[in-house]
Amino acid sequence: MNIDNIKSQFPIFSKKINGKKLVYLDSANSAQKPIAVIKRLDDFYKNEFSNIGRSIHSLAVNATNKFDETRELVKDFINADSKEEVIFTKNATESINLVASSFGKHNIKKGDEILITELEHHSNYVPWHYLRESKGAIIKFAPINEDGDIIIEEFKKLISNKTKIIAITHLSNVTGTIVPIKEIVEIARKKNIPVLVDGCQSAPHIKIDVKDLDCDFYAISCHKVYGPTGVGVLYAKKKWLEELPPYVGGGGMISEVNKNTITYAPLPEKYEAGTMPTAEVVAFSQSIKFMNSIGIDNIVNHEKEITNYALDKMKKINAVNIVGNPKNKAGVISFTIKGVHPHDISTIVDEEGVAIRAGHHCCQILHQKLGLLATARASIGVYNTKEDIDMLCHSIEKCRKVFDL
Amino acid sequence: MDLKELYQDIILEHGKSPRNFGKCEGYNRHANGHNPLCGDHVKIYVKLNEEKKVENLTFEGSGCAISIASTSIMTELVKGKSFVSAQKIISDFLNMIKSSSEMQSTELNEDQKTKIMSLSGVKQYPMRVKCATLAWHTLTSAIEKKGEKVNTEVSDK
Repeated sequence: MNIDNIKSQFPIFSKKINGKKLVYLDSANSAQKPIAVIKRLDDFYKNEFSNIGRSIHSLAVNATNKFDETRELVKDFINADSKEEVIFTKNATESINLVASSFGKHNIKKGDEILITELEHHSNYVPWHYLRESKGAIIKFAPINEDGDIIIEEFKKLISNKTKIIAITHLSNVTGTIVPIKEIVEIARKKNIPVLVDGCQSAPHIKIDVKDLDCDFYAISCHKVYGPTGVGVLYAKKKWLEELPPYVGGGGMISEVNKNTITYAPLPEKYEAGTMPTAEVVAFSQSIKFMNSIGIDNIVNHEKEITNYALDKMKKINAVNIVGNPKNKAGVISFTIKGVHPHDISTIVDEEGVAIRAGHHCCQILHQKLGLLATARASIGVYNTKEDIDMLCHSIEKCRKVFDL
Repeated sequence: MDLKELYQDIILEHGKSPRNFGKCEGYNRHANGHNPLCGDHVKIYVKLNEEKKVENLTFEGSGCAISIASTSIMTELVKGKSFVSAQKIISDFLNMIKSSSEMQSTELNEDQKTKIMSLSGVKQYPMRVKCATLAWHTLTSAIEKKGEKVNTEVSDK
């Protein structure tokens, strides 16, 4: 497949924004959808729709099988041992909440410590805060340096006999830092501490191999992987899924219900209560196929080329400051322009059809650490080209002009 | 949409060199405002004298050009007004930003109205309205001595 033709698979790029060609640089927020995903949603609702796992009529059997096919594809995509280790959720936020709640129930007591980092998105902090409130747990933040890298030595020092779980991002949605998860897990293993990885930003952009990482939990947001909204994935080692209590209770997750006792369904259904986003999960199969058809190595190389091109070009613009300079960086470029607030940047570049994000990107701890209230962020997806970056830089120049810098 | 209408010279100028910036001496009313979408904060300080006149009005905080300019212009126009007059100007401004095409109030002269109307460009940018209104909601909280923290996600609903 030719990486240059990928854009043509995304119908949205034929639309004009403010009369201009759309330059979409907000994929870290949510990615656009290829036609195959959109068609699959449409097709499933038109021709195949049924709920899954309950009725035994033909439509239900087919829908159940299609739902299961996505699970199989996800399993291979992340190299899990079995399909039972792949739980579908509402989103990655719910995946992390599931672990915080189910793991926290019996494994976290007053004074126990949860180790996270200053890079975390609010969705990998707030669920742990609930345990701080309900159980009296302590949350420790592993510090980052000014480049946006986690200081491993400091990280090690924060591990104590009371550390019960480590929750850490694989790829920062602000600095683009790719965190050395394998190294982190090796450190954790020595103390027998489970590790949850927030894989929201990594899943669409770098190779995920949960067996190689040896992490205990891995959360994925499907809409960032060119898939439909309303679907997330939680990978967890089977032993945890067997041991931990279910999260949401309801239909579909039970084995037998009596007036006095309830037993739960086997994996993975134990964690999938109520009607699932059936069509969306089915359509997510097309996102994985889309990723596989290009090949993760090609995606990594392409995005690296575009990212380096962007960094080189943006650094040459006076007044632009790139936030962070991590050792290993993916296509997330947060920046500031001296004298122009990020919200003003976003409004001005939007007039040129350039979609970026401005704000704290749900990372207030990180912004506080960096001494910033807000940043502008251009994030790269597989469909972005050097022309997109040229247009971004042109529109940044326009900010300078409007503000007479 | 026209960027020039949003970023008029007067807005850019107030954004760069805000008036009445800092904590004023002897303030007796104050309130904090917060826009959770972007993390912007503003602190409003009011010195209300015995005749219930806004003797001094200043602010601290950081934000985009629209928010700083709106706050700066607000302090200029409300300073020196009576409590009642200030309330009228605030509600007139909030009406103008949301729906009405002009400032109706008789509290301001034509020059002042022209100045305040420079902010009307944000109407075309619904996501930016909160940038312009944050300080005004916060001023209400300060002068009415509600003392509660203003949050644009609540005030603008």
